[in-house]
Amino acid sequence: MSWHLSSLAMLAKALEAKTVSSTELAGYFLSRIQVGTRWNAFLDVNPDLTMEQAASADRIRAAGKAGQLTGIPLAHKDVFVTRGWKSTAASRMLLGYQSPFDAAVVERLGMPSEENPGGAGMVCLGKANMDEFAMGSSNENSAFGPVLNPWNPECVAGGSSGGSAAAVAAGLAPIATGTDTGGSIRQPAALCGLTGIKPSYGRVSRYGMIAYASSLDQAGPIGKTAEDCALLLSAMSHHDPRDSTSLADSGEDYGRYLNAAWDASAAAAKPLTGLRVGLPIEFFSEGLADGVAKSVREGANQLQALGATLVEVSLPKTKLSIPVYYVLAPAEASSNLSRFDGVRYGHRTNEYRDLSEMYKKSRTEGFGAEVKRRILIGSYVLSHGYYDAYYLQAQRIRRIIAADFQTAFAQCDLILGPVTPDVAWKFGEKSNDPLQMYLADIYTLSTNLAGLPAMSVPCGFSQDLPIGMQLIGNYFSEARLLQVAHQYQQATDWHLRQPSEVL
Amino acid sequence: MQWEVVIGLETHTQLRTASKIFSGASTQFGADVNTQACPVDLALPGVLPVLNRQAVEHAIRFGLAIGAAIAPVSIFARKNYFYPDLPKGYQISQYEIPVVLGGHLEIVVGDTTKVIELTRAHLEEDAGKSVHEDFIGPHGEPSSGIDLNRAGTPLLEIVTEPVMRSAAEAVAYAKTLHSLVVWLGVCDGNMQEGSFRCDANVSVRPLGQEAFGTRCEIKNLNSFRFLEEAIQYEVRRQIELIEDGGTVVQETRLYDPDKQETRSMRSKEDAQDYRYFPDPDLLPLVIDEVWIESIRSTMPALPAQLKQQWQDDFGLSLYDAELLTQDRATATLFEELLTILGKPLAKAAANWMTGDFASTLNRAGMSAADSPLNAAHLAPLLSRMADGTISNKIAKDIFADLWKEALDGQLKSTVDSIIESKGLKQISDSGELGALIDQVMQTNSAFVDEFRAGKEKAFNALVGQVMKASQGKANPQQVNELLRKKLS
Amino acid sequence: MKLDDVQRIAHLSRLELCQAEAELVLPQLQAIFSLVEEMQAVDTSNYAPLAHPILFLRDLAQPLRPDRVTEQDHRKQNMQSAPAQQDGYFLVPRVIE
Repeated sequence: MSWHLSSLAMLAKALEAKTVSSTELAGYFLSRIQVGTRWNAFLDVNPDLTMEQAASADRIRAAGKAGQLTGIPLAHKDVFVTRGWKSTAASRMLLGYQSPFDAAVVERLGMPSEENPGGAGMVCLGKANMDEFAMGSSNENSAFGPVLNPWNPECVAGGSSGGSAAAVAAGLAPIATGTDTGGSIRQPAALCGLTGIKPSYGRVSRYGMIAYASSLDQAGPIGKTAEDCALLLSAMSHHDPRDSTSLADSGEDYGRYLNAAWDASAAAAKPLTGLRVGLPIEFFSEGLADGVAKSVREGANQLQALGATLVEVSLPKTKLSIPVYYVLAPAEASSNLSRFDGVRYGHRTNEYRDLSEMYKKSRTEGFGAEVKRRILIGSYVLSHGYYDAYYLQAQRIRRIIAADFQTAFAQCDLILGPVTPDVAWKFGEKSNDPLQMYLADIYTLSTNLAGLPAMSVPCGFSQDLPIGMQLIGNYFSEARLLQVAHQYQQATDWHLRQPSEVL
Repeated sequence: MQWEVVIGLETHTQLRTASKIFSGASTQFGADVNTQACPVDLALPGVLPVLNRQAVEHAIRFGLAIGAAIAPVSIFARKNYFYPDLPKGYQISQYEIPVVLGGHLEIVVGDTTKVIELTRAHLEEDAGKSVHEDFIGPHGEPSSGIDLNRAGTPLLEIVTEPVMRSAAEAVAYAKTLHSLVVWLGVCDGNMQEGSFRCDANVSVRPLGQEAFGTRCEIKNLNSFRFLEEAIQYEVRRQIELIEDGGTVVQETRLYDPDKQETRSMRSKEDAQDYRYFPDPDLLPLVIDEVWIESIRSTMPALPAQLKQQWQDDFGLSLYDAELLTQDRATATLFEELLTILGKPLAKAAANWMTGDFASTLNRAGMSAADSPLNAAHLAPLLSRMADGTISNKIAKDIFADLWKEALDGQLKSTVDSIIESKGLKQISDSGELGALIDQVMQTNSAFVDEFRAGKEKAFNALVGQVMKASQGKANPQQVNELLRKKLS
Repeated sequence: MKLDDVQRIAHLSRLELCQAEAELVLPQLQAIFSLVEEMQAVDTSNYAPLAHPILFLRDLAQPLRPDRVTEQDHRKQNMQSAPAQQDGYFLVPRVIE
């Protein structure tokens, strides 16, 4: 049985029917991980720990206490701290770091216990590779080697959740957690032919998520289908009093509309009747590759065929979202990364004459080039004399961007566009020019700035590489986004394609 | 050249909370190193801050007590700098919009009263501690030990306008502020444990000049004496420097109590750019009127208020009123006694508390808060004195007995039970007293003769004899009256 | 942005850039900042800064924790990744004030 071709829903059924055990599933995926090292999707794998968790899951099932996700394996992006596995955020700065606590996301999805009665009982396969400290769009910024795209090993997998996406695309894990600060779930999902969702800011606890940019970071699933994402997101999202920015009303069944029609009055053949889909002019202008534009428009047409109406909308500050993001995110990051000083944990340099040298050498040796670049940008925009012109100005434009979305949402129920300007590029193509890399984030950044939920849904191919279309919803409309994506996936099969490189 | 001294004080008060401002670790002083530093305090990857309600309440309480404005919305900001006792590489503080704005405190220096304007007070977290013992690092380098138990302790930083003009004023302000925060229960005031630390901003200018001179900040003064000495030294230093043709450099200095001088801190402050920005992990602190009112309604009356009130209502002297409002426990005890005894006994209660009670506490090295006897135990003493059952002298003995019993943890007696068991009831019956007096007059005829011969002192001696014969139980006023009658 | 800006900011961030590295990163930073300059053209006088995305939607207030001790002594686990420790202290090169 090719379990790696099964969706979460299928795995859950099989476990329930006792067709397979958690132990067998865990062993199955661990074997694939063992032979699938070429993708470099994982940073830490600990088979003993995984099998221990699987055995627990089987015991829970035998006792009749299994939930829907009990015993299903998953990979966690290495940005989530874990007690059992190492946590590095793909940085030399945290090489060998052992966290004394689990991230909230890891707890929520992990084994239930006395201190953690709400655990969903999933089995952790290991920690997924990523761009260092979540800074990057290609997973070329990992201190432990880049992640290869299972669709074409000469191409990037996307970032920063490249490892999570590659793991799922290569059949090494049925689903994975990722984080999205400027597109880091949606973009690797798009480049790897997967479905991913970044929920509204505040839906998922950031406790235990190694911080990059606090007001932008959000965790979410990367999987094969919208249905799978709904299952995982429902389990991940809850109010956590340890995170002051965690919203009080977070527990929801995000899959509750999956099989419903958009409108109660809709005919069966056109379940999306009544849905107004907005296409921003700025998302379909220069810079977008023809192949991508074509597939995304076809995606929009498919929604139309399902009953939706297409409307033209405008998001005038789309281009400006790039400087705004690349002022605010580095600013927060420069501060969040100050704790990495070699004093209490993490890398400490070997030779130093005094404290100042210890700080500088430890941080210089521990951080990669992109991280250092962003720290420099961030410190600069916060520094005396520049704060008003850069940081505050960016925050004001941020408000305009959020307001512009509301204007658009007055005319439509969700916004549709590309995720990336082009399909996965070759290694090294953009890594010499950081600005080029930043410019490619143009379609995803504004949703993080506004805190809106957004998804990437596979919608076609170009040059044999996957293309994702982006669906952006208004605040707290994740269930609706997933509904539209699911209906789309009932009518199409892009999400079912498998990379030929993967056995 | 006449110089004017300009001083502003910034005081860091540790707030009385059980747990830290942003984490659930304990704030108790004296714990074993790093046993009260949880992942949030250690700034481990992935941790986040959550605000302690009690810390905010203390800030509100303080703001109300000094007549300040409580900000309906205030913002936490990050103050970014690197130091080993600062785990996150930034301190969570408040910058542009603090929780308390304005306010004032009245101080007394000698005979003059002065109102000190406060600029603001804001919430922030304390840093850890460096211990400079002889640690050796992994490469043989001389090292400091970092203890982060203190990291995250809630602080209220209280800032004055630069309106003090002498070290004496600064000390008077610091003492008044200290009493107030202890009175309010907002800070325990333990300066040796670092609960109350002052930074003094000192500058000088020629008398009459409007512009301020360059100021220096003297940090971490944790005793009133050091505060005074440091300011005095610094003023002298700056004046001498300028008179010698030099200029004062704006810098941070530390006070060395052994050498009794201030010295520059090694370049910690050179062009420090703290890059303040609102902390994205914390939402705006919202304080509504309902909350403020609920705190206002449970605030204790302030010492200044009570002092005036008790002088007005009960005719207490300023001296007594001051003694009774020296700390919350003393004032509370007085109030509780009044509740039990009624206002007519206010003066008697005040006299007793500032007399026998105070001296007993002093001898025992205790404050009213430590007293093993409470108002319920003590009130009968005063009522029995008032109704004539016992004399003041007997009351002293009874109090001593009760005190000893209570200290030993064996308090079983009450005022009445002691009066009963020891037969200490005051003799006020004129018949009984008359008989006693007759007896004494008979056995002390020498005194009687002396008195009749004009020696007033003999009268007192006779009274003394009567008291002795009655084992102190005779009602002294009545004895006086009756004896005079019999002798005339 | 100039070379000495880069070094100043590097020092503020406790990063060390040798001359060659600083010369390499400068044009990259300059390119990024010329993009950032485009923000100046926007008239934001009617817009307050937005620090938390959700505040756009709701007037949320900082949640408050009851004042209770909820953490026990886990020194050993908490310090398990310490590069240098002794007798329960984290060790750093001696700081002289």
